[in-house]
Amino acid sequence: MNQFSEYKGVYVFVQQVEGVIAPVSFELIGKARELAKDLGTGVSAVLCGYNVAGLADELGECGADTVVLVDDPALESYMTEPYAHAMHSVIEFFKPEVVLYGATTIGRDLAPRVSARVHTGLTADCTKLEIDKETGRLLMTRPAFGGNLMATIVCPDFRPQMATVRPGVMQRAERVSGRRARVLPFGVKFEKNDRYVEILDVIKKMNESVDISQADILVSGGRGMGSKENFQMLYDLADALGGRVSASRAAVDAGWVDKELQVGQTGKTVRPKLYIAVGISGAIQHLAGMEESDLIIAINRDETAPIFNIADYGVVGDLNKVVPMLTEKIRAAKAES
Amino acid sequence: MDFKLSSEHLMARTLFSEFAENEVKPYAAEVDETEEFPKGTVEKLQRYGFMGIPIPREFGGQGCDSLTYVMCVEELSKRCATTGVIVSAHTSLCCDPIYKFGTPAQKEEYLKPLASGDKLGAFALTEPGAGTDAAGVQTKAVLEGEQYVLNGSKIFITNGKEADIYIVFAMTDPSKGTKGISAFIVEKGAPGFTFGTKEKKMGIRGSSTYELIFRDCRIPRENLLGQEGKGFSIAMATLDGGRIGIAAQALGIAEGALETTVAYVKQRKQFGRTIAQFQNTQFTLADLAAKTEAAKMLVYKAAYAKDTQKRFSVEAAMAKLFAAETAMEVTTKCVQLHGGYGYTREYAVERMMRDAKITEIYEGTSEVQRMVISGSLLS
Amino acid sequence: MLNIVVCIKQVPDTNEVRLDPKTGTLIREGVPSIMNPDDKAGLEAALRIKDELGACVRVVSMGPAQADAVLREALAMGADEAYLISDRAFGGADTWATSSTIAAAVSKLPYDIVFTGRQAIDGDTAQVGPQMAEHLGIPNVSYAEEIRVVGDSLIVKRQFENSYQVVRVKMPCLVTALTELNRPRYMTPGGIFSAYREKQVTVWARADVPVDDSNIGLKGSPTRVKESFPKALKGKGEVVTLDAEAEADYLVSKLREKFVI
Repeated sequence: MNQFSEYKGVYVFVQQVEGVIAPVSFELIGKARELAKDLGTGVSAVLCGYNVAGLADELGECGADTVVLVDDPALESYMTEPYAHAMHSVIEFFKPEVVLYGATTIGRDLAPRVSARVHTGLTADCTKLEIDKETGRLLMTRPAFGGNLMATIVCPDFRPQMATVRPGVMQRAERVSGRRARVLPFGVKFEKNDRYVEILDVIKKMNESVDISQADILVSGGRGMGSKENFQMLYDLADALGGRVSASRAAVDAGWVDKELQVGQTGKTVRPKLYIAVGISGAIQHLAGMEESDLIIAINRDETAPIFNIADYGVVGDLNKVVPMLTEKIRAAKAES
Repeated sequence: MDFKLSSEHLMARTLFSEFAENEVKPYAAEVDETEEFPKGTVEKLQRYGFMGIPIPREFGGQGCDSLTYVMCVEELSKRCATTGVIVSAHTSLCCDPIYKFGTPAQKEEYLKPLASGDKLGAFALTEPGAGTDAAGVQTKAVLEGEQYVLNGSKIFITNGKEADIYIVFAMTDPSKGTKGISAFIVEKGAPGFTFGTKEKKMGIRGSSTYELIFRDCRIPRENLLGQEGKGFSIAMATLDGGRIGIAAQALGIAEGALETTVAYVKQRKQFGRTIAQFQNTQFTLADLAAKTEAAKMLVYKAAYAKDTQKRFSVEAAMAKLFAAETAMEVTTKCVQLHGGYGYTREYAVERMMRDAKITEIYEGTSEVQRMVISGSLLS
Repeated sequence: MLNIVVCIKQVPDTNEVRLDPKTGTLIREGVPSIMNPDDKAGLEAALRIKDELGACVRVVSMGPAQADAVLREALAMGADEAYLISDRAFGGADTWATSSTIAAAVSKLPYDIVFTGRQAIDGDTAQVGPQMAEHLGIPNVSYAEEIRVVGDSLIVKRQFENSYQVVRVKMPCLVTALTELNRPRYMTPGGIFSAYREKQVTVWARADVPVDDSNIGLKGSPTRVKESFPKALKGKGEVVTLDAEAEADYLVSKLREKFVI
């Protein structure tokens, strides 16, 4: 590993938008601390933006030993080119051993651009990172093939070793108030070129109807919902989880929800990360449309309902009571995190 | 001899299957239940070139062959037999005769918009007194100056009220029997051309089956298709092609029923095991699958014959006879395998069984097909 | 007239992939190959620009000889020319080597816009598009949800988790398309016949692609697959009967375990 002896430190790209740091960045710092410990090195947070120096304290308290601060008007809003230029400059100068990015729409745009510029490998959407005890290499594990297969990737001959990491997978380190990071302001020269884009507008996302087959989380209602009005409970639950509402054929036929939302043989086939079946007995044609979901939760009054055969977790009970309570508890849990 | 489909045919099948799965299947139960013509679906069929598959590109079609067309009707009918017959009636019974018997001007004026999907076609031969005995046509057409004047009525017309262009058969010289029948191209909106009652049917309930009424209906003289007196042979030649389309529809229905039943028997449990584990189920399905495959061979062979032979009446008759009777048997037995559920509208096999029946009847009953086949055997 | 290059990949339809319930391994047989959905959205975007403004749409794919099928499909949808980058020398490439190879091939073609999909459903990396843009030295806009041509630029609505940016990017540029961008058209039957009987797929082998040996194939790949293994099998589910509040707590704890919340 001599050829890489000058590459040191675990670096994390800190994603901030309008002065708010994305949760995944803290998760990455948490993971970086574990990796750095195994490597006998420190954790550096790379903070890019404009007038963002004030965020350094928070990064220190959450585990960064060093904050590399690239503060420039060119970095005020996220744009691929100036950010790639900033990260490239940081990497060229500091020569990190490992660089981690959140697998967000920003991280997944920036990291590949940087990897091509630096000429090093990049592993996408990792769910597990560890240091190989023998070689000291970073082992990057990620799902592939639509999540059916896991692969462990290494980057033996290039540095830094880079990965994007799925949000919500790693644990953030415990926050220690008063813990300080060393702040290293790093000047980068930005010159506009044809690779720069011009931001014309920023639009906040409204809740809009989406194709249920694209949703990561579905809260689905069936005949057991009893009425159109009761579906409001599901909209509330979906809202709390950041998911969408879908339905079984029985609910669609009853006119409680739109045909667009129907899951099953005659509706849509879905494969979300989480599928919550509420008041759905689990007719064959319904199961055919959702059985491949990653995680299935069923809430039903009838303990013999076939849906329980394929659910990972099931509760037998009155949905009118369980669902609102669940929504409330999820909201509470999210608020405290 | 090679039973392998070419790359283009394989890709065309993928296209039809995907289209049918996404655009047709979701509405099949609704079309049946409401008995409404699936206008939205037909517009999509038109947009994507499904309404002129075997017609050459110079006439607005897709320039493919009969086999491609047959696979289209098959894949559509697998999910919705109503949609299948709409395409079949339009293509085989309206585009095809204009292509084969029309003048260059008629092709320009009528075939192009039909094959390119701007207009929908229909075929009007059957009358209350002229069903299997098509020679009994009573509708009359009299030449008055530069116009033919039509009087009479037609029944059971597929795409009835929805079509824009109709091939209508009428007697121009009653003294000559079948040799006195002529074919005409009639446009919707022609003066004196109106619609009668809509049929309430057992199956293919969305297909808009209407009575057409002609009362002093005047059409231009140049809308005579082929020569005067050649109408009967035009009708018979056209029906040879139409039968292949219906055979494909029947094949699709059988395949659809089989597919959904295979899925069902693997899930449905009785006496503690899936019904797929019972030998009765296994043997029944084996027989049905073998017959369906045999039907497919006959249908594809007939399509090939249409493109390569001058006459293909016997191939078409065999394909339709066998495919229709197979569809009926397959759907009936699939309902049986579904048990009580199969008798309810919750399951598609119920509709498929009702849809299958018509394939033994229209465009020549099974008995007519047997006459065609035996006639050629014994001639 | 605009020149548009669309990069497409042939992928196994991962929705059709099943796990062997006994061994837990992937059952790959009988899994149909399809055009990657995000790529198809990119193709549709290109074809819409062609419909509206006129353009020459060239499709490029890298893969084995069978990838011919997705190029024919693109032709059947309305693409004008098709190129297949295919050589054993390109095999085993990771995203870095893949992007350097395709970028080198694309550099032989005239282009104002290069479309790629955001990501392929078999790899889900979302890296090849931005990496290609870097190799080509052009700007990229990822996650495009809307797109239109205005003068010498594109106006792109770019998706983020909670917002959109509307950006103007000067051509030539690269855009990575999302399936949300549009609903791709179907092929036409006649298009299929012409794709096979009239049009051609030009095959580019190693010698046809101007790229250094050190940047292609397994050798040119910075990353290596150390091992791969099937996802752990789903255990038999748990069903509980408690009072409503305890049930809600139970579910919340499970959602926490699974990092949903």
